[in-house]
Amino acid sequence: MLPPPFDYVAPRSLDEVLNHLAEHGDEAKVLAGGQSLIPVLKLRLGEPALLVDINRLPGLDGIAEDGGQLRVGALVRHRDAERSALLRERYPTMAAAAPQVSDPLVRNLGTVCGSLAHADPAGDWGAVMLAMGAELIARSREGSRAIAARDFFDGPFTTLLRPEELLVEVRVPPRPRTGGAYLKLERKVGDFATAAVAVRVTMDNGRIADAGIGLTAVGPSNLAATDAEALLAGAEPTDEAIREAAELAARAASPSADTRGSAEYKRNVIRVFTERGLHQSVAMATAAGGA
Amino acid sequence: MEITVTVNGSAHRLDVEPRLLLVHLLRDKLRLTGTHVGCDTTSCGVCTVLLDGVPIKSCTYLAVQADGREVQTVEGMLEGGQPSAIQAAFKQEHGLQCGFCTPGVMLATKALLADNPDPTEDEVRWALSGNLCRCTGYVNIVRAVRAAAATMRGPEEASAPDQAQAAADREEVSA
Repeated sequence: MLPPPFDYVAPRSLDEVLNHLAEHGDEAKVLAGGQSLIPVLKLRLGEPALLVDINRLPGLDGIAEDGGQLRVGALVRHRDAERSALLRERYPTMAAAAPQVSDPLVRNLGTVCGSLAHADPAGDWGAVMLAMGAELIARSREGSRAIAARDFFDGPFTTLLRPEELLVEVRVPPRPRTGGAYLKLERKVGDFATAAVAVRVTMDNGRIADAGIGLTAVGPSNLAATDAEALLAGAEPTDEAIREAAELAARAASPSADTRGSAEYKRNVIRVFTERGLHQSVAMATAAGGA
Repeated sequence: MEITVTVNGSAHRLDVEPRLLLVHLLRDKLRLTGTHVGCDTTSCGVCTVLLDGVPIKSCTYLAVQADGREVQTVEGMLEGGQPSAIQAAFKQEHGLQCGFCTPGVMLATKALLADNPDPTEDEVRWALSGNLCRCTGYVNIVRAVRAAAATMRGPEEASAPDQAQAAADREEVSA
């Protein structure tokens, strides 16, 4: 399949990128990993006049803690996240999710920020960033602004990013005594999730200080299971509390029936995965000194 | 627009449309038809090539993005005109049937072995999980990859347990 014709630029500086976006507005699309954008073009689901390739920009490929936060730049590939010792040690939800994104070949090119900006309701990173309480940094010629992951997703493939803005990085708060999990059901490697759950639990003195739960592929966007999170905040991590939180997470899901399963089936997967993920995360956080 | 791409060690200066996919540059402009097109929807991995040594799907990458980069296709796998250790192992271990997915599988294998010279069966299956084969059931592919790894590590490195395991695997399948 041949994409429709478009103009192409590959600037070497962020200013040039932002100028192109400012001048072309929603006629321009940013090309990072291209693992969603190029299929979109080939399927003629979008016909942008201009592709702004950001792969030649320096300084956007880092995953590092800086200024008290984890910063994930716009050119960090899923593969980089998968191989990051820092994520394995300190951000277990992210480390669990990275190797479950698509397949190894796609992970070699696709980016974390690109996946967030694409905002596929079946995308994995959105649920993870909801669970992590992340902030997304949008940059334009006018300056930059931070958008909470909880506000970022506006519907299927729709976010608060404006056409003239580039998602330059995601910032994630580091938390001690934290465990995490990403549980994903897929029909085969590389398929989109039938349903998935991102869990983060931060412990304090044997209690859950706070928890984040993000859901994948069970609504018009990635969803936060806020009722379940509220129930867990300050709670003892008993089997009963976890079971109840899992019920609330299942209720927060609004899946549609499709070839991957019925709505009821997917809701049940969310319940089971939330319960399982919470148990795993509590155990991990407790081992990390949160008892 | 004008780009320079190094393919299998030779630099090519080409004038291409921005929308041209890398796989079509290879097949139609350079006549390197060893890179196949399967699903054309980023699912099957048949079009896998190495971009600066990293395996990617060439149906989901623009030729213009490869400007200044190095691409390797199956045609570049020969070593001194002879099949490389990986190619020889796929032949020896029957790591193919129809052969359609084989170029992509062998290139993904090359990247794996560059990273990990002695992968376990699970590591092989994981690394090749983006490359679909509809014929073999993967058993002989995995065996070929591990055989290639053993050859490439050299005789002193190929440990006895490895060979015993390979023999056991063979018996299990023939039984």
